[in-house]
Amino acid sequence: MGRIQLKQVKKSFGDVTVIPPLDLTIEDGEFTVFVGPSGCGKSTLLRLIAGLEDTSDGVIEIDGKDATSLPPAKRSLAMVFQSYALYPHMTVRKNIAFPMKMAGVDKAEQDRRIEAAAKALNLADYLDRRPGQLSGGQRQRVAIGRAIVREPAAFLFDEPLSNLDAALRVGMRMEISELHKKLDTTMIYVTHDQVEAMTMADKIVVLQAGVIEQVGSPLELYRTPRNKFVAGFIGSPKMNFLEGPEAAKHDAHTIGIRPEHVEVSTTEGLWQGKVGVAEHLGSDTFIHVHGVPGCDPMTVRVGGEIPVHHGDTIFLNPNLEHLHRFDAEGLRIQ
Amino acid sequence: MATQHSRSAARLMMAPAVFLLLVWMLVPLSMTLWFSFRKYLPLRGGDLGWAGFDNYVRFVTSSSFWPSVMTTLIIVGGVLVVTVMFGVLLAILLDQPMWGQGVVRILVIAPFFVMPTVSALVWKNMFMDPTNGLFAHLWRFFGAEPISWLSEASLPSLVMIVSWQWLPFATLILLTAIQSLDSEQLEAAEMDGASPLSRFFYIILPHLSRAITIVVLIQTIFLLSIFAEIFVTTSGAFGTKTLTYLIFQRVLESQNVGLGSAGGVYAIILANIVALFLMRIVGKNLDA
Repeated sequence: MGRIQLKQVKKSFGDVTVIPPLDLTIEDGEFTVFVGPSGCGKSTLLRLIAGLEDTSDGVIEIDGKDATSLPPAKRSLAMVFQSYALYPHMTVRKNIAFPMKMAGVDKAEQDRRIEAAAKALNLADYLDRRPGQLSGGQRQRVAIGRAIVREPAAFLFDEPLSNLDAALRVGMRMEISELHKKLDTTMIYVTHDQVEAMTMADKIVVLQAGVIEQVGSPLELYRTPRNKFVAGFIGSPKMNFLEGPEAAKHDAHTIGIRPEHVEVSTTEGLWQGKVGVAEHLGSDTFIHVHGVPGCDPMTVRVGGEIPVHHGDTIFLNPNLEHLHRFDAEGLRIQ
Repeated sequence: MATQHSRSAARLMMAPAVFLLLVWMLVPLSMTLWFSFRKYLPLRGGDLGWAGFDNYVRFVTSSSFWPSVMTTLIIVGGVLVVTVMFGVLLAILLDQPMWGQGVVRILVIAPFFVMPTVSALVWKNMFMDPTNGLFAHLWRFFGAEPISWLSEASLPSLVMIVSWQWLPFATLILLTAIQSLDSEQLEAAEMDGASPLSRFFYIILPHLSRAITIVVLIQTIFLLSIFAEIFVTTSGAFGTKTLTYLIFQRVLESQNVGLGSAGGVYAIILANIVALFLMRIVGKNLDA
């Protein structure tokens, strides 16, 4: 129902190539997240799939049919925009009904689908309000409702949570994941937040400068990042990289170790350093350690609380099983 | 929050402006009211004393009163329809990225800078003249009999001239409104399957409603008092006598200040009735 395939898809604006030729397959029912730093072309890629931008080259297939030159409305995709793009002069009910009205769905069916969507998204009490009278989270839900009622082959989300506050974001994350389980429809989700990517995705596509760096499940990316960029981008706080003699000991140009894979000791260890800033989160403490050769500062995670102070000397023991090795080009050494 | 002290200072400093505005408005208004109750014929004896409601009765019972009110409303309504309709279309056109956008925009605004007298004369002599006007040539080119615009189709001609002057104003305000439309809304509508025409009616037009309201309100104020265009084209003949023009004739041509003043008071009442209707119809668009 919603298998999307990109074949050698390319996008350039004038002389500037934003997305060099790229291949990607999104399987039916999969929750795929495009993640990358701002300006990496992830939104452009989504808009290419949506049909809001023309491809410069290549073929986009939806369900095996060439959709490259189809107008957006004919691709049976629904999109949720970053600004929600609700129609401000229409009530919630009319907003949700709009795509069906345009498609000529009969009135009874419209009402049935609106009721169903309102129930699923907890919007029943707001149907006669206007978007201006709703909170950010409610607007978000209306935008999703407007997408659901079209019963599309796939949903496209363009950074839908970036306008919400932190607490609401976590809640909506869950709701969207739930929705995906319930509808079992293909979803493509664009975000710059790797936490969103890790928690929601079946498959993550990491992009940088329009190039796909790696495609894989969240844990695959976490365990075996293909290169330094993915290693640094996935995981929070980010991986520590060491260069120089420490890396040479492991026959690598750079070695990487995640903060959670370093043990802290006050008496002995492989590396020694001074405590800089310590971030106490209660459940964890992140310590920035200065003076470790080849990496300054190194971030380490300690479970619970630890009695260290600024300026204390501590010792670090990396868990060598979780050491990542990269060559001079930044590629992973197996 | 302002303190007690800064509030009274603010009042003190605003007082001269408020005073000036009040005087500016109240003096002519009370003079009009005063004269409207006097029998005042400047060339035939001057102020001849109290007239009661005679002026008011005479003005209203004159055979030209109701036609002049109708003419005023037709011109105002006609110009509003034309300017808003073409204003929206022009604004959409100018919003499209095109070569020479800056020059085109200036050209579109240009008519607004031409004085009403001049533009009306240009239209009258260069376009609408039945023998030498451009329209006459055009009509003859297609083998048709030229129309003597200002006598045969006097009201449409006037609406045309005045619309031409006010179109830039409408276009300009509507253009800025169109530019403030969130492009994601149009994209969302496109994804929702709306055709360009439905996008116009369901997204763009509702977005413009507030700007259209402002255009309608402001233009109405000015259009109720158009004078120069009528003066230099038809001089009030061929059914183009508006209320404003009728007042002018009463005061200057009949030299009857009292009667004219009574007409002025009626004009104020008419303007308020129009304003009341407008606010009823379109005022709700101004609420956020």
